[in-house]
This record gives sequence, structure tokens and C-alpha cells, in this order.
Amino acid sequence: MPFTARETEMSEPRTLSQKIWDRHVVTAGLGGDPDLLYIDLHLIHEVTSPQAFDGLRMNGRRVRRPDLTVATEDHNTPTINQDQPIEDETSAKQIETLRVNAEHFGIVNYPMGHENNGIVHVMGPEQGLTQPGMTIVCGDSHTATHGAFGAIAFGIGTSEVEHVLATQTLPQTKPGTMAITVQGELEPGVTPKDVILHVIGVIGTGGGIGKIIEYRGNVFENMSMEGRMTVCNMSIEGGAKAGLIAPDETTFAYLKGRPHAPTGADWDAAVADWRTLVTDEDATFDEEVVIDAAEIRPQVSWGTNPAQVMPIDGLIPGPDDFDDPNLANTAARALEYMGFEAGMPIKEVTVDTVFIGSCTNSRIEDLRAAAAVVSGRTVADGVRTLVVPGSGKVRAQAEAEGLDQIFRDAGFDWREPGCSMCLAMNPDKLQPGERCASTSNRNFEGRQGRGGRTHLVSPQVAAATAIAGHFAAPSDLD
Amino acid sequence: MKAVRIVSGTAVPLDRTDVDTDQIIPSDWLKRVERTGFEKGLFSEWRDDREFVLNQEQYSGANILIGGLNFGTGSSREHAVWAIQQYGFDAVISPRFADIFRNNCTKNGLVPVTVSAEFNAQLMAAVQADPTLELTIDVERLTVEAPAIGLETTFPLDPAVQERFLEGLDDIGLTLRHESDIDEFEAARKPWMPAQA
Repeated sequence: MPFTARETEMSEPRTLSQKIWDRHVVTAGLGGDPDLLYIDLHLIHEVTSPQAFDGLRMNGRRVRRPDLTVATEDHNTPTINQDQPIEDETSAKQIETLRVNAEHFGIVNYPMGHENNGIVHVMGPEQGLTQPGMTIVCGDSHTATHGAFGAIAFGIGTSEVEHVLATQTLPQTKPGTMAITVQGELEPGVTPKDVILHVIGVIGTGGGIGKIIEYRGNVFENMSMEGRMTVCNMSIEGGAKAGLIAPDETTFAYLKGRPHAPTGADWDAAVADWRTLVTDEDATFDEEVVIDAAEIRPQVSWGTNPAQVMPIDGLIPGPDDFDDPNLANTAARALEYMGFEAGMPIKEVTVDTVFIGSCTNSRIEDLRAAAAVVSGRTVADGVRTLVVPGSGKVRAQAEAEGLDQIFRDAGFDWREPGCSMCLAMNPDKLQPGERCASTSNRNFEGRQGRGGRTHLVSPQVAAATAIAGHFAAPSDLD
Repeated sequence: MKAVRIVSGTAVPLDRTDVDTDQIIPSDWLKRVERTGFEKGLFSEWRDDREFVLNQEQYSGANILIGGLNFGTGSSREHAVWAIQQYGFDAVISPRFADIFRNNCTKNGLVPVTVSAEFNAQLMAAVQADPTLELTIDVERLTVEAPAIGLETTFPLDPAVQERFLEGLDDIGLTLRHESDIDEFEAARKPWMPAQA
């Protein structure tokens, strides 16, 4: 048993991420060489896999563990008429290529329209495929989402996808460790999305580069699994390799009874093992950031990277507000792109579109929270609204709870699952100059469509903004 | 992967921080199932601006890209690396690369050259002042230099990664040398871990 032998040898106090890492080292790298890391679960989708499968074919290689590989179609899929053929020819071809590859290499694929289909980072956890202590990779940078369960989960490129398909391992240099502790009481109306946007605002887009973040403190302990997924999801926006939270009773309760969760005696053994997945008391992190929960306000991004955030009751900053000349230059460019003058209250800014969805905020709890805000109200004139559930399961659950009706009654467009307007690979796009309040994760230039202007917000703020027609918190609607 | 020992030529100064992979290759381009043909998509939205640095004639033919801090942040799309290479670049210089982008570079033979912020700023200014300035990146000595103006520094690369650059080795082939270790590891995995039937 290579990992147990290794674990007993090690008496140094270790952080959670170090413990999980050590469990997965197949061969240790010496003298600065990378470790060869075993991968427990490989999630794939249509965009970053076709060239990887091509590489396997060219070299006559097989998929080593099709049973540890699961595919879903999400990035390209339209969010209406999923029972019809896809109109966009290149999207249709990419989806068809995934289906052919999955069939050829014996990989389970949840095709568009299947009840288990959905955004890859919504599907994995809801199927119980994501469990504490695992290593999980996917050709998608938001793979860190799965860290909410106390797993090391990170995004990889297509060459690495091919590598994992062929070997179920990856050569990886051990990352550094970073603790982000948020302690204290959150103000009413402050959501997990606001917490992570605030964190990224503090550490910057490069603050986590080369490190795995462990989110610690009572704020994360008190969060639901959905909230923890929202937080871990955006670790990459702070540059981190991955983000994770120690598993606890909340984690176990979420997992119990899911299709791929252990059962019977295996469940008991698994839980006993998972309880050991905590950072040792004496362990130290390479870097520690401590944030007082009380200082976090509902957030809105004002610029073109996810560190350019502000409190919703604040004024849009200007280049002069930044001491660092790099940040000042980046701010000046962002203000120009976003069509802003410094000093304007963000609440006076009107929007054209509201998007509720994405791997960050499309789970049942997100939809419940947004529905509670819009219930009995009407979307402001001229505002286009999309609600895109994260998966077929989320959609069915929401419809069973009548959330779809609440959204429809308020004037929202209720859609079928997929990545949708988060990255605009399907027909859901912004037009040049259009401004959008979005529950997604990236406000890069053109991210939601060429020339589009994206503002990252929580589902609650997105919902309130749709009703008000300008940026608003739910409390502004009363 | 093709072996890379020396990269020499002129450079394009892309003086912006936080250049994310959505800018390097917008998502419309990700629908291709081929590995080639991405050069037209490189910075395609920024290239609409005639003043954009890649459109400036004095930088045509350059094979080194100099970027700012946090180069390659965001999406994991390896298409970003393919686009940069297929456009004609053999190396990218920046004070700090995003992890996934940097990994993707090393899988494709695009040399990621991490230098200090000060050196990067000096180099950027020097190339802006003289677009014909010749740079040399030596992957064996791990140096980057502009001999004409006496600028030189070193850059880090893991020994294993450096060896792969110099030898042009196939990563998967190297890993498969450890197949018996992988077999042994797999035999000891916890029985309850999820798997498809």
C-alpha cells in the first residue's frame, strides 16, 4: 500500500492539501523534478478534449481508466430546444466528436438532454463523484469547484487531458500552501459569492499563483456545500492552482445517498477516513491571509478582471485610487472598456441583461435565493433576463419546487442547462456595448460576447438588479 | 514535441497586465476540433484596433512576445498557446505567468521566460525604443539577453521541464516508463472510491 506506508513515515505536521497530495504520489520527484500524481477522477467535456483523443489515436494509445473518466456536454450546448439538432454547425461537430470519442474509448457521457447532463462542475458533485480526499482534474479552469468537498481539484490543458487519459497520472510540481481565513459574522445579505469576490479583491488576480488555497474559519464552516462550491470555484480567479475546504458533517450529509457515494460498511469506512482530512494543528502555510467577515459588503465587479470589485453601495473608483502604477493603468483601461467615469455610484448604473447561471451560481440554492427576491415582482422594462440551471437535475428540482414559475411570472426567461452566457460559446451572448449583471466568474473583455460589459454579482444582487433595472441589493427593493 | 535550445529574434512588446486567455484566443475559436489554424484567432478582438501592437509593421516577423504581469490568467484553454505559437512566437517573457498557461507552454515547446518586474520593464522599453533589437533565449543556460544593449538575466525552469525542452521528449512516453508503479498504486486504492460500471 504505497500511500499508507508513506503516510506513516511522515510525522511532520501537514496541511490538508499536503495530506491529499502525499496520498496520491505514485513516484516522488527528486531534485526539483515533479511528482507523478495519481488522478482519481477525470471529467471531460467537448471543448478541451477533441485534440487529446486525436493524440491518443495518432500514437495508438488507449484510455487507461475509462471507469474513472466521465464526460458531459456543456460549453456549446444551446439552452433552448435541446431536443432538436444543434443549429450551429461547428458546435454540433464538437459535440458529435465527443460522442464518437466517448463511444470509441468506452467512456460514460451524459449527452445534452440526459437527466444527468449539466455543467461539468455541477454534475460531478450532484452524482456523488466528487468525494473528500480525491484528486480531480478537468480541462477547465473552474475545476477547483470540487475542492469544496476537501479534494484537490484543478484545471488542466488539453495536452494534460491526453496525459491523464493515457496514464491516469500527471507529473506535477508540488504547489505551495495558502490559508485564507474569514472569521466573524457576515452582515445580512452577504453571500458566499460576495465573500469570494471580496477575497479576490484583497489578494489580486495573481495572489494565489503556484499555491493551493485552504479556506478556513467559521464563515466557511457555516456555509452550505453550494456556498462552498461557489467559493472554491473562483479560486482560479485569484490565480490559485486549487482551493479547498476541510470536509465535515455538512459535506458528509450532502454526499450520503448520492449515486456514487459509498454505502453500508464502505460508507462508515469512508467517513472515518474523511475525518482525518484536516490541517494538523501545528502545520504552517506558506502564506496566510485573515479577513474580518464584518467588513465584507455585497460586491459588484466594476472592471475587466475579477479583482476589480467594489461594494454595491460604493462609488466607481478611478486610476488615482491605486498606488501601484500597474493597477492604476489596468484600472484606466478597464474604465474605458466598461464605459465608466470614476466617482459614479454603481447603483445608478443601468443594465441591459441579467444572467443567472454558470458553474459558480447555478445550483438549486442559488436559484432558490434568486427566486425569493423576484417572487411577486416584475423585471424592469427593457432588461433581458436568463436563468440557466446548472444541470438537468437542478432544473427538475427547481421545477418541482415551482421556482421556474416564479421566474416566469416575474418575466425571466427560464432555460435548459449549460454553461451558456458565462463564456458565450452558444447562442447566448451579449451584443457590443451591452451591460450585464452576471452570476458567472469572469468579467474579462468580451467574455460574454464581443464588446460586452460584464459585472460579477451574487444571485441575489442579480435578481434585485433585474427588478430595479440598475444595480441593486434585495434590500433596495423594499 | 520539437526540441528547443536557442530562441533568437526580435520581440513584440505587449505592455498590458493581466492578459487573460479569453483575449489571447476568444471563445468562438474554441469550437475547432483540430490542433491547427488558431493563428488568425490570436488576440483577434484587439487586432481590430489598427494601433494594436501586433498590427504595427515594425514588429512584424518577431518571434518573442513580451507581456506584463499575470500573463495567461483565466481559462485553461491550451488553444491560447497554440495560437501564440502558430502565429510565429517561440517564447513569451513575463514577470509572472498563470499556472495553467505556463504548464500548457511547456507541453508544446513554447518557452515561458519568467523575469523580474524590473528586467521586464527594461526589456519592454528597449524593444519599444528599438523594434529591431535582437534577443536570445538560451534554454540550456537558462538565460535571456539583449547583447546590443548589455541586458542579461537568468530565468527558472524545472530541471525535468528543461530536459524535455532540450530533448523534445514526449511526456506520456516518459510517464509510461513508470507503468508498474502506477499498477502498484492502483492496486492499493480504497475500494469505495467512485468508478463507472
